[in-house]
Amino acid sequence: MNKTVNQKAWFLVLPVLVLVAFSAVIPLMTVVNYSVQDTFGNNDFFWAGFDWFDEMIHSDRLHAALGRQVLFSAIILAIEVPLGIFIALNMPKKGFWSSVTLVLMALPLLIPWNVVGTIWQIFGRVDIGLLGHALASLGFDYNYTNDALDAWATVIVMDVWHWTSLVALLCYAGLQSIPQAYYQAARIDQATRWKVFRYIELPKMSGVLLIAILLRFMDSFMIYTEPFVVTGGGPGNATTFLSIDLVKMAVGQFDLGPAAAFSIMYFLVILLVSWVFYTVMTNFDKEEGL
Amino acid sequence: MARITLQKLAHSYMPHPKSEADFALKELNHVWEDGRAYALLGASGCGKTTLLNIISGLVRPSQGRVLFGDRDVTDAPTAERNIAQVFQFPVVYDTMTVEDNLAFPLRNRGMDPAYIHTRVQQIARMIGMEEVLKRKARGLTADAKQKISLGRGMVREDVNAILFDEPLTVIDPHMKWELRTQLKSLHQQFGHTMIYVTHDQTEALTFADRVVVMHDGRVVQIGTPQELFETPAHTFVGYFIGSPGMNLFDATVEGRFATVAGQQIDLGLDYGRPLGRVQLGVRPEYVALTDEPSGLPVRVNRIEDVGRHRIVRADFDGRPVNAIAHEGQAVSPAMGRLVFAPGHINVYADDWRLQGRAA
Amino acid sequence: MALELRGVAKVVAGKTHVHDTDLTLEKGTMNVLLGPTLAGKTTLMRLMAGLDVPTRGRVLWHGKDVTGQRVQDRQVAMVYQQFINYPSMTVYDNIASPLRLMGRDRADIDARVKRVADMLKLTPLLSRKPLELSGGQQQRCALARALVKDAGLVLLDEPLANLDYKLREELRLEIPKIFEASGAIFVYATTEPEEALLLGGNTATLWEGRITQFGPTPQVYRQPADATTARVFSDPPMNFLSLAKIGNRVVFGEGQQVPATGALLDLPDGRYTGGFRANHLSLGRHTGDAVEFPARVAVTEITGSETFVHLDHGDHRWVGLIGGVHRLAPGDAVTVHLDPAHLYVFCEGGRLVAPAPYAIAA
Repeated sequence: MNKTVNQKAWFLVLPVLVLVAFSAVIPLMTVVNYSVQDTFGNNDFFWAGFDWFDEMIHSDRLHAALGRQVLFSAIILAIEVPLGIFIALNMPKKGFWSSVTLVLMALPLLIPWNVVGTIWQIFGRVDIGLLGHALASLGFDYNYTNDALDAWATVIVMDVWHWTSLVALLCYAGLQSIPQAYYQAARIDQATRWKVFRYIELPKMSGVLLIAILLRFMDSFMIYTEPFVVTGGGPGNATTFLSIDLVKMAVGQFDLGPAAAFSIMYFLVILLVSWVFYTVMTNFDKEEGL
Repeated sequence: MARITLQKLAHSYMPHPKSEADFALKELNHVWEDGRAYALLGASGCGKTTLLNIISGLVRPSQGRVLFGDRDVTDAPTAERNIAQVFQFPVVYDTMTVEDNLAFPLRNRGMDPAYIHTRVQQIARMIGMEEVLKRKARGLTADAKQKISLGRGMVREDVNAILFDEPLTVIDPHMKWELRTQLKSLHQQFGHTMIYVTHDQTEALTFADRVVVMHDGRVVQIGTPQELFETPAHTFVGYFIGSPGMNLFDATVEGRFATVAGQQIDLGLDYGRPLGRVQLGVRPEYVALTDEPSGLPVRVNRIEDVGRHRIVRADFDGRPVNAIAHEGQAVSPAMGRLVFAPGHINVYADDWRLQGRAA
Repeated sequence: MALELRGVAKVVAGKTHVHDTDLTLEKGTMNVLLGPTLAGKTTLMRLMAGLDVPTRGRVLWHGKDVTGQRVQDRQVAMVYQQFINYPSMTVYDNIASPLRLMGRDRADIDARVKRVADMLKLTPLLSRKPLELSGGQQQRCALARALVKDAGLVLLDEPLANLDYKLREELRLEIPKIFEASGAIFVYATTEPEEALLLGGNTATLWEGRITQFGPTPQVYRQPADATTARVFSDPPMNFLSLAKIGNRVVFGEGQQVPATGALLDLPDGRYTGGFRANHLSLGRHTGDAVEFPARVAVTEITGSETFVHLDHGDHRWVGLIGGVHRLAPGDAVTVHLDPAHLYVFCEGGRLVAPAPYAIAA
């Protein structure tokens, strides 16, 4: 449906354009600039072409970080999506308890990343943390600062705790939009609980679910603050995800060129995956509108 | 299939109803005969959907019992009652094909696949959807989706009753004709008990053998379409059925004569000396406009040409009165008298119809 | 003083929603757009309102080109099928809202709101919120909001479709009165032929994005220009049959013959399609030179005072609306009658070549 053409609207968009230029386009251009130059200090830069990109593409360090990152995103999606759906299905649909659960579910989402990190950093400590201490006294040899597996488990449980609510709330909204008649018809048709889920709830939720997966994927793929606060990327490099590695490279080692090339590739990967998601989603809508 | 009996049934949505006004459905006793087509007719909020939901088991009545045959099903869940229901908005399983949609209730009951196949083919032929059996239900038009819903309701041969909750609301007039006649012939073929809820008199009257008219939580009349038209038991039925509804005139009645605004009218039957608010009810179809000197004096406001007949809108004694003039019948605004067709005058006392005796 | 569409068309993503349309609506008229769902009624209304810009053609308002002008700058009011009111405002504030946006002074607003509320029987409800009202009252409120600003063009898109049958009847009676009092151009979209007839005024019949005919409502009903118009403007649907004109005779499928009269006499010999409406079919009764047809009963529907008989006649499904109650069993063979005065004759392409003689007389 096309609306009335009105050129005046562009003036109203202008401030935003300026803002975006300063906040996104110009920094991005700076990064591009760094990624194709090298320096020996003294602010002397010279053209390096695609050397940095070449180096980064073949860097084992990047491959390892990317591998960890993909594994991390895959694990948290595999946990948070089914868990979120499960929670949404079991949330009270109306009345007093539905508001209570909604508030409870929203709570973790309201806590800033670094605070979440700090909470879990302390929570998991063997000496003073409730979780760490409890596990230790139960006889588990748990220590996220020494053991890679423990560190991973902690970071994943933390992310699940922080973000499953988002998936659950989005699914809950999708479920609320299903008219009562569908459930009544299913009862009359003697559909099992699984069939109700498979043929009524899942199709009606699929739109929001795709958005939830996209959001969770992008967020988890760019995760930085929480694992950094908890494990600092350790033990060793066990929890050094892409963005942690990037910051180490850029700020820790001051290798601006490779870091810039790295971040551009990182950016492109996210863009590519988001585009794939978008295409899948719009195709899905098209099929719906046939 | 079974007879459905409602015993002392009443329902209130409040936990502790105090007076009769708190009941959405006032106490009623009724037997739905096996194999009949019924319509539940009434305005929004008259309790007709509540009644339907009690029969289907989606609402548990606050009082009384529901029997299917001899079995008390008041507390039985919907799935156990073996009924089918078609809703106002088409309910289809979007991701399934049309075929799978129709087969769904049968597959859930673990029927033999060969039987399911032949039965689905048969239903698809009846609703005219053989061509699209393999298509996904998503993306079909509202008409087609509602046809699938009807088909899914029809697909089980052993249902006790098929309930319809305003099923033609979202359907275009031309399609309404097709779906309604299809429904009617399906009823004639299979003889299921059908209960059809609607606010549309045409749908109710054309569909049903018996129409149950509801008003304000109460059943005011149960009768054949002809009875509802000729002898409405309550002034509400007179108003609600027919378009325009029945004309009502305040009158005094003595024996076989009524007096309306000083004019004497022969009723043909003896009504004695009724008390309360006495009114004559005459359908516009039985009112004629004339230029003869006798009859009730009226002023014609407008004559509406609605194609197959004209509706005369007039004023009598400050109150609106309608008459219907058939094609070819002469009417003009200059005509100033109304006459009633003998034998088509009903007498009401405090809104309920009186039975006349031969005089 | 009129709204004029000149060659207006709307194409969306390669699909034509409205074909090139010329239409002139005069000031102070009621105009019904009659057609099934997706015939283009809403699209046409949106073009009239200026909510959409036509792909081709121009929209003229009082002779001035307003194509592409913003809807806010045009004197348009619209009422939808859904009851659209501001839920947090009282009925009074709802009705007053368009006037407040126009910056009218208080006393003027008050006087207008009260006048319109009175007209629509909303006076006792002015302090209520829309959600506390019944569906009919909510739609009255929406109608009041459309009327209060004295818009030159009032568009009503199936405004009664979501109301109960009896409420619909009541409001349908009021709308022509309201319209007579306001003097605006009213455009009313509906899918129901009966509603068009009750509203009167002019009717434009729509079919697949094309206006097939436009004229005074009873005239379009009685003298449809083609078979499509006749089909759109018949409820129950129009009945069709094949016939041939040979010399000065009209010959039907089973060999029945009647003398050709009127316009039929001037037609070249050949095959034609006849059409007639349900209420012109009669059962048993034999008047004058009525033509007899054998048919088989498919379904009967009794309305209480009349009977709809669905009949199979050869390959055609007919519907007869017959006075009184007739109980006919499915499969019964019956003989039905049709007075040739009620027969429309269409040529191969569907154009009306001979109107029914009764319609010319009416």
